[in-house]
Amino acid sequence: MNAWEVLVQQTINGLTRGAVFALIALGYTMVYGIIELINFAHGDVFMLGLFISLSWFTLLGVTKTLTGWQLLTILPLVFILTMLTTAALNVAIDRVAYRPLRRSTRLAPLITAIGVSFMLENLALLWKGPAPIAYPDVFPSVDILREWFGVDSAIFVTTKDVLVVGATIPLMIALNYFVTRTRWGKAMRATAQDRETAQAMGINVERTILLTFFVGGALAGAAGLIQGIYYNIGMWWMGYQAGLRAFTAAVLGGIGNMPGAALGGLFIGFLSAWSDQYISARWTNAIVFSILILVLVFRPQGLLGARSADKV
Amino acid sequence: MLELADVHTYYGNIRALRGVSLTVAQGEIVTLIGSNGAGKTTTLKTILGTTRPRRGTVTFSGQRLDTLATDRIVRLGIAQSPEGRRIFARMTVLENLELGAFARKDRAAIGSDLERVFALFPRLAQRSTQQGGTLSGGEQQMLAIGRALMARPTLLLLDEPSMGLAPILVETIFRIIQDINRQGTTILLVEQNARMALGVAHRGYVMQTGRIVLQAAAAELLRSDLVRKTYLGEK
Repeated sequence: MNAWEVLVQQTINGLTRGAVFALIALGYTMVYGIIELINFAHGDVFMLGLFISLSWFTLLGVTKTLTGWQLLTILPLVFILTMLTTAALNVAIDRVAYRPLRRSTRLAPLITAIGVSFMLENLALLWKGPAPIAYPDVFPSVDILREWFGVDSAIFVTTKDVLVVGATIPLMIALNYFVTRTRWGKAMRATAQDRETAQAMGINVERTILLTFFVGGALAGAAGLIQGIYYNIGMWWMGYQAGLRAFTAAVLGGIGNMPGAALGGLFIGFLSAWSDQYISARWTNAIVFSILILVLVFRPQGLLGARSADKV
Repeated sequence: MLELADVHTYYGNIRALRGVSLTVAQGEIVTLIGSNGAGKTTTLKTILGTTRPRRGTVTFSGQRLDTLATDRIVRLGIAQSPEGRRIFARMTVLENLELGAFARKDRAAIGSDLERVFALFPRLAQRSTQQGGTLSGGEQQMLAIGRALMARPTLLLLDEPSMGLAPILVETIFRIIQDINRQGTTILLVEQNARMALGVAHRGYVMQTGRIVLQAAAAELLRSDLVRKTYLGEK
């Protein structure tokens, strides 16, 4: 593998990682946009999404690689079931933990979110045990360049890479359609910009918040499923790191800014893949969180966001 | 149609309203005048339920409002053009107007109301795809009023529609307020510009430090000593 091929390979790796970070980061940024809460439990919803999707596969009797029509029916079905489950979970978290604190200081729900994060992690620990859990290789992995195009290259692009991108892009298009075109999507943006005025438009703000947690939870579930299929492994503690990186992505793009979160996720994906390769995997967290600190110090509104500017 | 009876509203321990009673009858323009901090905006907020009265009642068409959530109150047919316009800066003019109609059930009629708003404010039609935040102050005021009209309210609450506008634009806005009223909408108008407000209103209330100190027909208030000295700057 020459240097050029290494770069291309790591960039492809970065893209798939970044897609997962982007899906998680969107949930962070949407919830922040609407109730100004950094929901530190969000990464753990992603982790649970992985295990929940595993349970759905098990319930549907899938233990081996899916082929043919099964792939076209069962996989989308598990996507939907997982997303619905994590969406419901996220809504339940809000109802139980955050909603009672809606009128309190901003610090109270923030600390509660950290507590919820610990609870979810320990729930997973209790459910799955401390050892890494094998995730069945449900999606066929084909070395596209060699097997489909007959190109002998040191670079690997597999059908799994295609799945990650092919699942993430439609989700983002659907999300974009929802927030820019639909009635409730517009209500969500209005509530994020000015809650009191949104209420004066007849918008039920609590219902909008519920919807935000629902959509954010669904995206985190999709990310967990994608992660499981791609890496074939799940750990009870994985939500913590993924959550912090996705949070960094959301801050980088401008917290509250949805395109910013998607781009920030991709950027953190590339950065962590390159850092793993060119520096050392041990340094990747330090680099990612240095970016977080730099952004918070020098450009707290993020690279794209200027959210505070409309609170005139 | 609307009745406030002995309403007391607090911000923490600060008494903002100290027993406000007022009525608005169907078809009227009623104005609430007074200086800064008199409690005019608080009165509107109490009607809309964004702040709650600690004592007293607010009724609208026989229904108690002071226990209802704001979005439910809006659904009963009350819309507001708030102080400081409060338009959604990062949404287009059209989206702002659509949000005004959010609570309506008769979605089919929204299109014709949009045309009505564009007829009243042609500038909004020209700028319909622009972000709300890019509009001038006067245009934002038009958008705030237009957005409230999109709810096709039976009662329209206007909070300082003349604030920060050039005199010629103030005249236009007040003419439009009269037009809206003639088309059947009841209006409660809060203003610091007492002369303009009393010029279009049927009746008026004068507020000072959380109380109604005077109420009369608009023409009568214009002649009263208190109003002439305190709010019209006459000697």
